[in-house]
Amino acid sequence: MQKSLTKYFPAFVLPTLAAFSIAFLVPFVMGIVLSFSDFTIVTDARFNGFDNYVRAFTDPSSNFVYALGFTALFTVVSIITVNILAFLLAMLLTRGLKGTNLFRGVFFVPNLIGGIVLGYVWNTILNAILSNFDLTLMYSANLGFWGLIIVNSWQMIGYMMIIYIAGIQNIPGDLKEAAAIDGANKRQTLFRITLPLVMPSITICTFLTLTNSFKLFDQNLALTGGGPSNMTEMLALNIYHTFYGRNGWSGPGQAKAVVFFALVGVIALIQLRITRSKEVEN
Amino acid sequence: MKTKMKRFAAITATLLLLCGLLAACGGGSGSGGGGGKSESGQVYFQNFKPEQDEAYQAIAAEYTKETGVPVKVITAASGTYEQSLRSEIAKKDAPTIFQINGPVGYASWKDYTADLSASEVYTHLTDKSLAITGEDGGVYGIPLTIEGYGIIVNNKIAAQYFALPGAQATSLDEITTFAKLKAVVEDMQSKASDLRIDGVFASTSLKPGEDWRWQTHLMNVPIYYEWSGEDADLSDPAATAEIKFQYSDNFKDIFDLYLNNSTIKPTVAGSKTVDDSMAEFALGKAVMVQNGNWAYGQISGVDGNTVAAEDVTFLPIYIGAPGEETQGLCIGTENFFCINKNASEADQKASLDFMNWLYTSDAGKAHVTNDLGFIAPFDTFTDADKPADPLGQQVMDWSAKSGIQNVPWNFTVFPSQQFKDNFGGYLLLYAQDQMGWSDVTSKVIADWAAEKAAAA
Repeated sequence: MQKSLTKYFPAFVLPTLAAFSIAFLVPFVMGIVLSFSDFTIVTDARFNGFDNYVRAFTDPSSNFVYALGFTALFTVVSIITVNILAFLLAMLLTRGLKGTNLFRGVFFVPNLIGGIVLGYVWNTILNAILSNFDLTLMYSANLGFWGLIIVNSWQMIGYMMIIYIAGIQNIPGDLKEAAAIDGANKRQTLFRITLPLVMPSITICTFLTLTNSFKLFDQNLALTGGGPSNMTEMLALNIYHTFYGRNGWSGPGQAKAVVFFALVGVIALIQLRITRSKEVEN
Repeated sequence: MKTKMKRFAAITATLLLLCGLLAACGGGSGSGGGGGKSESGQVYFQNFKPEQDEAYQAIAAEYTKETGVPVKVITAASGTYEQSLRSEIAKKDAPTIFQINGPVGYASWKDYTADLSASEVYTHLTDKSLAITGEDGGVYGIPLTIEGYGIIVNNKIAAQYFALPGAQATSLDEITTFAKLKAVVEDMQSKASDLRIDGVFASTSLKPGEDWRWQTHLMNVPIYYEWSGEDADLSDPAATAEIKFQYSDNFKDIFDLYLNNSTIKPTVAGSKTVDDSMAEFALGKAVMVQNGNWAYGQISGVDGNTVAAEDVTFLPIYIGAPGEETQGLCIGTENFFCINKNASEADQKASLDFMNWLYTSDAGKAHVTNDLGFIAPFDTFTDADKPADPLGQQVMDWSAKSGIQNVPWNFTVFPSQQFKDNFGGYLLLYAQDQMGWSDVTSKVIADWAAEKAAAA
């Protein structure tokens, strides 16, 4: 058994390895190489060292550092709003109220709508509301920021809610019963029993919210397009604008994309480690 | 055993990687030889305008039926032409015909454009200066059409205004300067309720991506006066590397006129799209809107359209520059076709034959005028081949008017999309009273220089 496994190992692994290489490894390595090159067409590049990275960070028209700050702020606020609201909804919808299933469905539906559609729909809604005050989403970066938060939360809450519901339903009933018998009040039950036991759900939800908010593109493009004057431009949109909107900026655009990849990777790893250590075995 | 397996896996991975890289690199250089499946060559046209995709598909099918030459037409989604061309042209079966938007497009694609000076279709071009020429004098891009823009006026409402007591003019013909335009517009705005309109100008669309009528088209006029004052040679990159934005105040004047005599308050301009503006015009809520002949379809296509074909007319965009009494519409093009010089000989010839057929044969010409809606700048087109829509006809009339100097499309040498988007952003902030005009001016000048330098 062991022997034949060893013998046929290449035959089994090769197709997957080939697919993985073509679809992921090769483009990835090419991407990194290109970030150190001056190019317009990906197959025709000249090496130019760290030029692209320097321009991405220091050129005043690059807007990368601003976009990074804006994205970070957006991500932090999103994690808070999405997770708290999703958890509250999950608590509400695990109490056996009438119509629970209907409400779960209703809250989940926004997640099935594409980001571009959602962005345009909310653009119309929010502008219609703001027009009562002779304002638009484009009036200031603040309005754009909160508009993005609303759209992002609206879309992600349903998904996170489902994960929290699964987590809450997994808590053994006898634990809660024991707590009740010992005289724990509702708050104590929430903080001592429920929260520690849904920690795995919190891990996965924070992780998903963090990376999804950090990588947000569609909603940003459709809702504000980065306006007014690039003040609501997030990282992904900034990379897109750099790469396709400017002549001679393909290299720095690629460099930004590599930095973006590294940032998402590092943040996600750190976050995963922190929340893992808080998990409780049940 | 385990180490052996690991080593094997590592070697396979490395080999695969190398293969991939080699294949990817080979695609670019080795496209000269292979590719052509049929002896007579084939055509692969990458089209720029999504609204014309259907027409091109029909033309391609007809041409294939007539000649047996396969024609493939691929259209990129709106606003994604550059990115799809970048990926398509790196492939082995690269497009044989692609489009560029002018000298800036030529600068990024000049390694791929073939010299067309010996082609038949070029000899039919009425105004040779419309073509894109390289530093070596070769012809690398030929215009597919000419287009014109100005201020579109609803003649019916304008006539009602001129009939009112105390009107500032008696007909549109009297408006030949910015001062006169301003007097008429402001008076008209004060009588908006009599004319049952919401405002003179349709809303100034400043939503990102919807602001090209200002940051590109309107900007063209002051830049034209600046360069014609300097006798600048636009084919020389050094001449356009920087601008002084000498007519900045004139831009402000006309832009203020648009903003302050509009159907909407300036603070809500950031939510308006070009479609919104055109709908307001079509429904008779506004009298004037700055746009081009291509917008006629948008006007006539609006449900409940109240503007008859004979009531739409063009007025030049006057900005108060010296000598503007003889200024005409802005007429030019940003649709040029190029032949991919890395395609096989047979494919290149087939592509040229196709373009030639389109612009010289009767069947082709009918498609150009009726289906593509082009005003073709070729001598093979006679008066009988004139476009049917009123704005297209007016562009032709203006281009033939004696004593009128039409404004060329100098915006084809504007630095980049980023420059235009930034400018649009500044205009939005200005409209919302969040940025002073002097800041707009200095930022535009700085952005221009920076984006030009990056592309050089």
